[in-house]
Amino acid sequence: MDITLQQVSYAYAKNTPFEKRALFDVNLDIPSGSYQAIIGHTGSGKSTVLQHLNALLKPTEGSIKIGDVLVKADQKNKHLRKVRQKVGIVFQFPEHQLFDETVLKDIMFGPMNFGVPAEEAKSRAIELTRLLGLPEEVLEKSPFDLSGGQMRRVAIAGVLAMNPEVLVLDEPTAGLDPRGRKEIMDLFYRLHQEKGLTTVLVTHSMEDAARYADRIAIMHDGKCVLEGTPQEIFENEERLLDYRLELPQCVKFQKKVEQMMGKKLPTICLTEEKLAEELARLMKEEREV
Amino acid sequence: MLEKMIFGRYIPGDSFIHRLDARAKLIFVFLFIAIVFIANSWITYGILFVFTFLIIRMSKIRLYFLINGLKPVVLLIIFTFLLHLIFTREGSVIFEWKFIKIYEEGLRQGIFISIRFFVLVILTSILTLTTTPISITDALEALLNPLKKWRLPVHELALMMSISLRFIPTLMDETDKIMKAQMARGSDMTSGSLKERMNAIVPLLIPLFVSAFKRAEDLATAMEVRGYKGGEGRTRYRKLEWATRDTVILLSLVVLAIILLYFRQ
Repeated sequence: MDITLQQVSYAYAKNTPFEKRALFDVNLDIPSGSYQAIIGHTGSGKSTVLQHLNALLKPTEGSIKIGDVLVKADQKNKHLRKVRQKVGIVFQFPEHQLFDETVLKDIMFGPMNFGVPAEEAKSRAIELTRLLGLPEEVLEKSPFDLSGGQMRRVAIAGVLAMNPEVLVLDEPTAGLDPRGRKEIMDLFYRLHQEKGLTTVLVTHSMEDAARYADRIAIMHDGKCVLEGTPQEIFENEERLLDYRLELPQCVKFQKKVEQMMGKKLPTICLTEEKLAEELARLMKEEREV
Repeated sequence: MLEKMIFGRYIPGDSFIHRLDARAKLIFVFLFIAIVFIANSWITYGILFVFTFLIIRMSKIRLYFLINGLKPVVLLIIFTFLLHLIFTREGSVIFEWKFIKIYEEGLRQGIFISIRFFVLVILTSILTLTTTPISITDALEALLNPLKKWRLPVHELALMMSISLRFIPTLMDETDKIMKAQMARGSDMTSGSLKERMNAIVPLLIPLFVSAFKRAEDLATAMEVRGYKGGEGRTRYRKLEWATRDTVILLSLVVLAIILLYFRQ
């Protein structure tokens, strides 16, 4: 499902003394099946963009095309439900949305709201707990008895259970330990590849964006200021600094090594593995010469 | 969604009303509540109405914003208006349709009560809109201080009040956030039958309670860590200062009361 933002502007609390413009003419194209990262400093408007992606917010100006539904300021809420089923959002600290008596019921809440039969919802829930590495006995526990990491996984399962075509992630690993972080990010990436889920990742982490995304959009002061492939984005360090952003650790490391060796690698390496590979090749070539 | 609510919010500004001492404003509102009940005729209610508009003008808060924020209260006002309209049976009948009879006195009472309600709500809103919660609490503590003699826990009451005022916007934001998260999971709080809507409230309320309790606990810990141990021996950073304008505004109320008494029937 393609998502296209056209000249989207948004103001919070319009027509009150608290009115605050959050977005200015944002244009963004998220083709079906892509992995889009949205990066920006705190307050840059990335979370506001995210809430537009399933019509929780409607643009005050401009429009958004989500699949075949066009969302504008005056759109009635009625048509937006089917959008919400297809676009699942994992909010920041999603464990705050848990409420039901048991984990099982909580995971089934989403799909059943969209009319999935109970049996089917239950089997999805069981499958997802396995996929997220939760022991099966948590299904009958109260979500409030779990550890923070487990609650996070249950909440994520609750969103995945709706079988969305587009998955929107708002800092899904904030506050998790490094290992849980990697497990969850890898899981999202696997879903993206295996099920062809269109994925939108809103994050602070340049590393995650570099490692997983096909395309990166940079938000600054409510505007989308840069857009391109990770290579294109990370080529231009000065511009990133303008937006108070840094290069990912491994690109930084690459630049240092290049400086020391007085040589350039053919591409910008986005992951540690790739960087190690390239450096090994470079050293081998040196030895042969 | 809830961003239009104005209860307990403060709009920074520098109007005459903003600069008044919080104690003066509190006394003003309490006296005003009493004075409102003097009015009993078209003229007196008219005077109250005009007086309220003058205060709004002086506070420099946009009328549109004020009215818009009071929408939930407007519903309540309409409801009381209708009750009075239908159930008062005095004076001559001015309208009749099937079993509903509307009497002249009912209409009159309805309008009066609505005005009374309206001016009270507007003035109390202006109090909170132009005064920081912290100075309201300080003022309340200062005004209630004499009651300490009778062992009223004035400081604790003031603290409770300031904490609740402080957390209204936070809880509003939280509600908004959780509401959105549940809407993204297909729960629909804005449409459907009454029963469906009631059911849709559960997924909102439970997380809200959980986080409110967590917040309360965190706050208690944070206060204890910073050595809070009640009002005993606590000094103040902010001082309340009574100026001429505070006396003037209270005198204006006395004048209002005299005028109302004069025109009263």
